[in-house]
Amino acid sequence: MKRYFDYYLAQMKIAVLQEIQYPIANYFYMIGMIAEPVIYMVVWSAVAVQQGGAVGGYTPGGFAAYYIVWTLVRNMNIVFTPYGWEWRIREGRLSMELLRPIHPLHGDVAYFAGWKIVVILFWIPLAIFLSLIFKPDLHPSLLEGVVFFFAIWLAYLIRTMTLSLLGMITFWTTRVSALFELYFAAELVLSGRLVPLTLMPQWVQDVAWFFPFRWAFGFPIETLAGNLTPSELLSGLGMQVAWIALGIIAANLLWRVGIKKFSAVGG
Amino acid sequence: MSLAVNVSQLSKHYQVPEREAGLKAAAQGLFKRRYRTVKAVDDISFQIPTGEVVGFLGPNGAGKTTTLKMLSGLLHPTGGSASVLDFEPARRSHDFLRQITLVMGNRNQLSWDLPALDSFDLQRAIYGLPVDDFKKTRDEFIEILEVGSLVKQPVRNLSLGERMKMEIIGALLHKPKVLFLDEPTIGLDVTMQKRIRTFVAEYNQRFGATVLLTSHYMADVEALCKRVIVIHHGKILFDGNLSALVEKFSAFKTIAFTLADNASDLTPFGEVAARDGSRVTLRVPKEKTSEVTSRLLTSLQAEDLIIEAPPIEDVIASVFAIPKEAA
Repeated sequence: MKRYFDYYLAQMKIAVLQEIQYPIANYFYMIGMIAEPVIYMVVWSAVAVQQGGAVGGYTPGGFAAYYIVWTLVRNMNIVFTPYGWEWRIREGRLSMELLRPIHPLHGDVAYFAGWKIVVILFWIPLAIFLSLIFKPDLHPSLLEGVVFFFAIWLAYLIRTMTLSLLGMITFWTTRVSALFELYFAAELVLSGRLVPLTLMPQWVQDVAWFFPFRWAFGFPIETLAGNLTPSELLSGLGMQVAWIALGIIAANLLWRVGIKKFSAVGG
Repeated sequence: MSLAVNVSQLSKHYQVPEREAGLKAAAQGLFKRRYRTVKAVDDISFQIPTGEVVGFLGPNGAGKTTTLKMLSGLLHPTGGSASVLDFEPARRSHDFLRQITLVMGNRNQLSWDLPALDSFDLQRAIYGLPVDDFKKTRDEFIEILEVGSLVKQPVRNLSLGERMKMEIIGALLHKPKVLFLDEPTIGLDVTMQKRIRTFVAEYNQRFGATVLLTSHYMADVEALCKRVIVIHHGKILFDGNLSALVEKFSAFKTIAFTLADNASDLTPFGEVAARDGSRVTLRVPKEKTSEVTSRLLTSLQAEDLIIEAPPIEDVIASVFAIPKEAA
């Protein structure tokens, strides 16, 4: 266990050192990323005003809170993508990682976790800037704050597992891009990324409960900017842990079978 | 004598899709795919005792890298068996991976934007090396390879040779017992090649490590390996001493000598390989060497006569030219 802890620290350190080499690039990347929630925020705020001040319980201040938290959650759930898996398998880059006495997934989790530290530091001034403009209505309790802290890291792990599973399909298909696009479309609708899930039809909300998307996106936002009860907060964390556990089991199974196919694809 | 590597009837066959060029063939391929079996490695067997340095030679596509990948656990064999330090490589147990390394001249494990020292520290964490031991080994390797002034520079700013030195340090920090070196000196200048060869030799001597080395540079092989295994079209053509390889595959010898009379006709003696004033080098069939030498001495009063085997590069080239059917 100590060895893994030491490895995670070392790999996270590498990620921090590497990412701060390119602060401007990282910043522009983040600025580009906030265009999407800002559009949603402006549109929904306008709708709320037209509807007499609120839509589905969300005021313009509520939407501002939702989408500003959105920007952090979105950055937190950036993970090693299926495109990355495709590249590492097709180009044979996986070889070097397979020679190490540690599973490549640990490397991915640790590296991107390190990157998050840089991302959070860069995000703070952006969040302040957005808050000054859009005036979010955000008053989290201590419990909500604590749950949010854990929820964003668990969301990161859920998305790592699901996208790694997608990526591993490259062992068989060599290309996974099309599948990723399909996943991305489902995620957009069922996660709370496009719009808070409570504004979606009830049947969409019911369906969303059974997929990992919500637990990797909408739930962490709602812990801070929603109106979840303490039991909903804790059961939500439980769902996140369950999805991670399921992801680990599925990834292990897929890896064991898929790695034998690696020879046929990678050099 | 303990064996570090034991390979028995090892094979790796691939099913490769193939089709004719053109749209029609591509469309047909959608419904009916045609496959061809490529025997990258075909029923090879060899053993390497602990501590031996063996050259693994073969032209491009002969099966060298595929074999090294199977021995390091990257590829699953389709037939036969391999054991390295009594481990089955394909299982890639962590205990196995901690005791081997594979260095590929065209691959890198260092973080491009960071000084190599940071990547070395990551290696320490990956292999769970005690900090003091790690620092001692690292500093020692840095000193031997004379890269003290380079390890603090971002890797992207280093030359190819300097990067290769860093790669080798990174790959050996955990002091592996078996080294698979795949073209470790590829693209390097002569000085760099020599430095890396010396380092590998020292490592082998100090730690008693077993080394299986592939290289297209015969200087690497001559400097490091007494024994060579030649693989061609996936099959082993030769396994033995380097000198025996020359003996077996060289059909010619060269005779160099100085002529007393520059006008002498040399056609009856053999093929003139080189001529520089009165100094001549003849290429003669191996079995006629004695007879031609004797005639040269008696008929032409040749002086300073030296008989040599052809350069190892020429011998290897002739081996590589053997067609598949004959291999």
